[in-house]
Amino acid sequence: MNAESPIWALISTFGLMSLFAVGGAAAAVPEMHRIAVEVQHWMTDKQFSDAYAIAQLSPGPNVLIVTLIGYAVAGIPGALAATLAMCVPTALLAYYVSRLLNRPSQSRWPGLIQAALVPLSIGLMAASALILAQSTDRTIAALLLTAMVALIASVSRINPLWLLLAGGLLGFAGIVR
Amino acid sequence: MSPDSAPAVQEPDPVTAAPGLAALFLAFARMSLAGFGGVLVFARRAIVEQHRWMTADEFNETFALCHFLPGPNIVNLSMVFGSRLRGIAGGVAAFAGLLLPPTLIMTVLAIAYARFGDLDVLRRSLAGISCAAVGLLIAVVFRMMTPLLKRADPLALILMLGVFLAIGVFRLSLPAVLLVAIPVSIGATFFLRRNVAA
Repeated sequence: MNAESPIWALISTFGLMSLFAVGGAAAAVPEMHRIAVEVQHWMTDKQFSDAYAIAQLSPGPNVLIVTLIGYAVAGIPGALAATLAMCVPTALLAYYVSRLLNRPSQSRWPGLIQAALVPLSIGLMAASALILAQSTDRTIAALLLTAMVALIASVSRINPLWLLLAGGLLGFAGIVR
Repeated sequence: MSPDSAPAVQEPDPVTAAPGLAALFLAFARMSLAGFGGVLVFARRAIVEQHRWMTADEFNETFALCHFLPGPNIVNLSMVFGSRLRGIAGGVAAFAGLLLPPTLIMTVLAIAYARFGDLDVLRRSLAGISCAAVGLLIAVVFRMMTPLLKRADPLALILMLGVFLAIGVFRLSLPAVLLVAIPVSIGATFFLRRNVAA
């Protein structure tokens, strides 16, 4: 990785990550955190969890947290480079594989591979939750809010946006910090 | 696998003619902007119910393919779906529709955060939103974990726990962990299924 050009660092980081992101965007969060906060020091822990919150609150695919990371590293060119690097390689791979397997259901391999990947991607998402919780849930009130939202979202079909806004209001009111 | 991938009701109407590139771009832009906290639900509604560009079965089959490939599923879906209808240009139109508008919004938010992120009001609100966002993620993890726990499949649970510890606690790099975990998981699943079949 060439440390002199931040754009190239973004492209190589997210281009590679794109092809390893088994289980989608949420499963790639620990790797994003490891590289952006611990290895490259592009952002602080707090900035990273803010970026995750903003990406959850905004419309569009959740993978666009990389747009925020890219902007923090290199402004608007960085935002574009990170977004394209994270999305183009995997989209091209999907295009070629879908042309190879016109009828994926005829072979048993896609089903078998998918079954084998499911536990891995759940493990990755659980790791995302742990890493994000370590930076956001530093007080009892914060921990309680996270636990309440987890419980409500597990047992009801409420639109997640309302829970995010409720969290924002509690933070705004100074109840959760 | 997912609860909503139940067998489709027989579609009474045939799938309508393939849409133009502009229609693809606009349809994906609309579902992307409607998709707070995930676009997939809106994608299924628009593609299968609203526009009738695919039957429910075709949609499930396309999604299954995108789900087993790496990367953001909905991004893969836009490319595969667009290209199945209109070739590579259709794939690019759907991909651009999905990503362009929210990326612009996200860039504006990034600029606003860089400028105002230190304001106390914003810091406090974002802290609360972050806590709620982590809670939502935990709920998703539990929902996905439930079938695994019900089956009490020891192999799946050990692999899940192993990946969780390696990435979440020991903070090892993702490629290194997956280069070990994927072959082990596929190999073990293969042998277990063969033994069950035999």
